[in-house]
Formats: sequence, C-alpha cells, structure tokens
Amino acid sequence: MKRYEIRIAGFGGQGVVTIGKIAGVAAALYDKKNAVQTQSYGPESRGGACKSEVVLSDGDIHYPKVRTADVLVALSQMAQDIYLKDLKPGGLLIIDPLTVIKDAPRADVRVFKVPTAEIAVAVGNKKFQNMVALGALCELTGVISREALEKSISENVPPKTLDQNLEAFKKGIDYVRK
Amino acid sequence: MSGNDETSFEPLLSDEEVQKVIRGPLPPGDYYLFGSDACVEGAIFAGCRYYAGYPITPASEIMERSAQRMPQVGGRFIQMEDEIASACSLIGASWAGKKAMTATSGPGFSLMMEAVSFAIMSETPFVIVNVQRPGPGQGYINSSQEDVMQARWGHHGGGPLIALAPSSVQEMYDFTVAAFNYAEEWRVPVILLADETAAHMREKLTVRPWNEMRVFNRFKPQDLKIAPAEFRPYDPYQGKTPPMPAWGDGYHVNVVGLVHHPDGNISKYGPEMHLDCVGRIHRKIEDHAEEIAQVEGRHLEGCRNLVVAYGSPTRSAFEAVLDLRTQGWDDLGFLRFKTLWPLPEKKIRSLVSEVENVFFPEMNLGYFIHPLKEALRDRVKRFVPIPSLGQLHSPDQIIAKIREVTGK
Repeated sequence: MKRYEIRIAGFGGQGVVTIGKIAGVAAALYDKKNAVQTQSYGPESRGGACKSEVVLSDGDIHYPKVRTADVLVALSQMAQDIYLKDLKPGGLLIIDPLTVIKDAPRADVRVFKVPTAEIAVAVGNKKFQNMVALGALCELTGVISREALEKSISENVPPKTLDQNLEAFKKGIDYVRK
Repeated sequence: MSGNDETSFEPLLSDEEVQKVIRGPLPPGDYYLFGSDACVEGAIFAGCRYYAGYPITPASEIMERSAQRMPQVGGRFIQMEDEIASACSLIGASWAGKKAMTATSGPGFSLMMEAVSFAIMSETPFVIVNVQRPGPGQGYINSSQEDVMQARWGHHGGGPLIALAPSSVQEMYDFTVAAFNYAEEWRVPVILLADETAAHMREKLTVRPWNEMRVFNRFKPQDLKIAPAEFRPYDPYQGKTPPMPAWGDGYHVNVVGLVHHPDGNISKYGPEMHLDCVGRIHRKIEDHAEEIAQVEGRHLEGCRNLVVAYGSPTRSAFEAVLDLRTQGWDDLGFLRFKTLWPLPEKKIRSLVSEVENVFFPEMNLGYFIHPLKEALRDRVKRFVPIPSLGQLHSPDQIIAKIREVTGK
C-alpha cells in the first residue's frame, strides 16, 4: 500500500481523537504498517471543532498530515463543510445523517450515511458513536484489519466498557454491510 | 501516621494495573506512542530522576507522563508554583547530583530565562523542553517555531547553550537522550526545541537494546582521583568542562553566578579574569560547534536549489523535495538541522557549495534563515523564507513557492 489518508472530524467529546489513536495502534503494531496519527483542536475541552488524522503506508511517511484524504468521516455539519474540499475524487465520505444535514455538494465522492449516534444509543450510550464510525470505516476501506482493530480497542478503552465498545464497533460493520 | 484499619480507600490502580507498571526505563521493543510520552521515556532512559514543572498547553502532557512515571523509577516529580521556580529547582536538583528536566511553552519559557542564564554561568546541566506555541503574548496553542532565536539569545548575557529540534516520535525519544548527554558532557543547559506537531503526534517508537544506546554521566572529581584539597570548582578538565561534585560528596561546591576565578572565588575582579571566565564558557561550546552540532544533507551533489528545514517542517520539506525530484528536479537538494545551537558554520559550508536559491520553510516569519545567511553569505544568490504561522506547512505550499520563485 502506498499512502492512504484518513481524516476524522467532528466536535470535541465525540471520541474523534480516540478512534484515530485506536486505528494508529492497530495499523502500526498489529498490521505492521507505518502509521502516523495527528490531531488538532481548539482551547475548549468539549464542543469545539476537533480533527484527527491517520496516515498509513508500507513505506516511510514523511509529511505526517493529510494532503488529499482518501476517507473523510464527518460527525458534524461543520466538519463536512470545512474538509470536503480536501477529499480525493472518488474518495469515501462517511457521515452521520443526524448531524450532517446538508447533502455533500460534490458528485465525485462516494457517500455513506451511518447513523452512528442512533446505533450507539441502542448499544447503551451515545458515547460509543465513535466505535460505530470506526466499524464502518473498517468495513468500507479494508485498509486496517478487523482483528487488529479489535485488539487495539481492547487495549485502549476502559475495561468496564470494553464489551459495549466492541458491540458498537461490530454494529458499525454490520450496518454498512447491508 | 495514625492507623485506622476501618478506613478503606478504593485503590488508585487495580491489581492488574499494578502488574503492568514499568518500574524502570521502557524495555526495548516497538511501541505506538505519543510524542510527549516518548520524550519522558527518553529522559528516564538517559537517567533523569527529577521533574519540576508548571502545566501549559501544548507541553502539559510531558508533565502528566512525568508525574506518573517519575515515582515508578524512584525519581521525584514536583508541581511548582510557576515556571521561574520550576527552572530554578532544576539547578538545585542538578547540584544534588540528579539529572533534571522541565517542559514548558512560550510564556513559561520566557520566565525560565533567568535560570538558564545562571545555569550557563554556573555550568549547571539540565534539560528544558520547549514545546513551542505561536506568540507573541499568549498567542495560540498550535504549532510554532517562534522561539528558535529566543532559545539562544533570550537570556541575558548571551551565553552559549545547546538546542535540538526533533521532528518525529522516535526523535522525541532519541533527541531527549541526546539532550541529557550533551548537558552532562558539556555542563550546560540544553533546550529541546520541540513543536506541537511532534509533541502531539502518535507514531511507532522503537526502543533499541539498552546496551546499544549511549548514556553520558558528568565527570565527578572523585572519579578523576582529584583530592578535595586540590579541587578547584571551575578548573576545566583537559581543557573541556570542570568535573562536578554533588553537595555532600565532600568537595567544596561553589555555585557561582558572578564572574569568578577557576577556584570559584569572586574577589580580585579585573577585566582579564572576566575574559578568562566568560571566554572559556563561550569557547567550551562555540569552539566545539562542529563536534556538537548535527546537520544532515540529501542530494547535495550538484545541487542548485536547496530546501532547508528543522523540526516538524523537515517532514513537509522532504516530501516536497521527493515530489519535485520525481518530476525531474534533479538539482534540488535538502539540508536539515538536527541541532540548532551552536551553529556549525564549517559543517554547513562543507555540505553546500554555490547554489541559486535557498528555500527555508519555518513555522515563524523567517528567523533561523538569518544565521544561515551569515554562514552561506557568499554562496547563495537568493534566500527565500517560506513562513507559516500556527500550522505545519503542507508539501504543496512549499512546492508552490519553489515553482513561483524559479518560474519552473
């Protein structure tokens, strides 16, 4: 695999950085790829704009951030508005239709609407929304193996909530399979 | 302590978590780590056992990790009342014989300047990590390289020190180890000039087998068989640095910030002893710039256009160079500073012959380009700064500037 760029964006508190980290660990330690994860957020601890990026490659990764994203996961309207322009033609846009209301103003990208928050609530808590998104990302891109991601989730979420996190992740996979 | 068996507390860590605590440096192996965490692990490997600090974004994670890790390795962590106290307590810890570190960002770094100056004069080794944020004032909390000149010239008196600029998680570890080695070898404060990008990045860290990595410990007079009666605290050993005893080692320990004689005496002041004292402290670093400094070049043979970088922009710049070279730009070279201060003029001049353009992306308005201009004064037609504030350059931004200037 040459260079593959994932951008996840939303509000602070949605777990955007957490799934970036989980994806990075999975790719680097278990799938033995090179993976750089970066993040940016404002001074607010919750509610501000938040972005996390993961760049994957079999070779060296020099520039650590996204140049033109292969995938954009947008969990807020603002995230789609700001970052859609950096998505590759033919790229993948994963959105939550509850928060991203306006249709993407681009015909050259593939859009997948995944009700991440709704599915997460069914699992037990809206907090697991990020895991649903990660599941969808895993299934739709195939760039990081499911086994590696599950292993990484087990190591990076509080043990008490592990089962629910894994359940949310699986629901994300199942939803996009349909 | 009064015992009350009926009082029960929920333990901070579960038994399983206690099993996972690493009571020493991070063992050799591969890790996926945050840049700030890698920095602390490098410090611990290098022998740092004292951390004092005051939190500030984007450097707080270094403090958090230190608070967790120092007690696990038998070290001390103290949250101080401010950055002045943090830096000053490093001086005390260092003279007590410990390797000491703090981390801060712009506003806090300004407050530490007095201690840096004192440490240069008293030849006190310690490490300050400055995870730079853009200024002036409180500026913002994102990536920056605006303190690159302050690191060298911000403290009063202009004494020399050593500064390094890491660009990856691996380098946050390796350069921290190097920073402690420099501090110990040259008895000087060392600045790890990191930026938010490198400090807040997650990447693979490979910890090599411990016996393959070098750790330097300061010379003590007792190791050199110098008798306490003959010991002169500021008399350089073999023309380099004076050996450094700790308080309680039985030697006359004299921590002096005033101009002093080799025995630490401050009386009988005169211009000659002044020049001897301060001149030696300068020469100790500046005369060894070629030995201390690390510069790395790629594709420099026959190069007509040169891209220069340090810190995180190194990665954007190198990607831009590789991109353009695959498009036929065979005359495009790359130069990277791993250390910033001291500046090794001879080394730079031996790497770079006559070139048309030097392109220099920096996350500031073009600061470090000035000493480079001086070093390459007669060899370059045009120096082109590529500034970026609050954000790491994208390779495309650098490529666009190169195309604009060269018209190609």
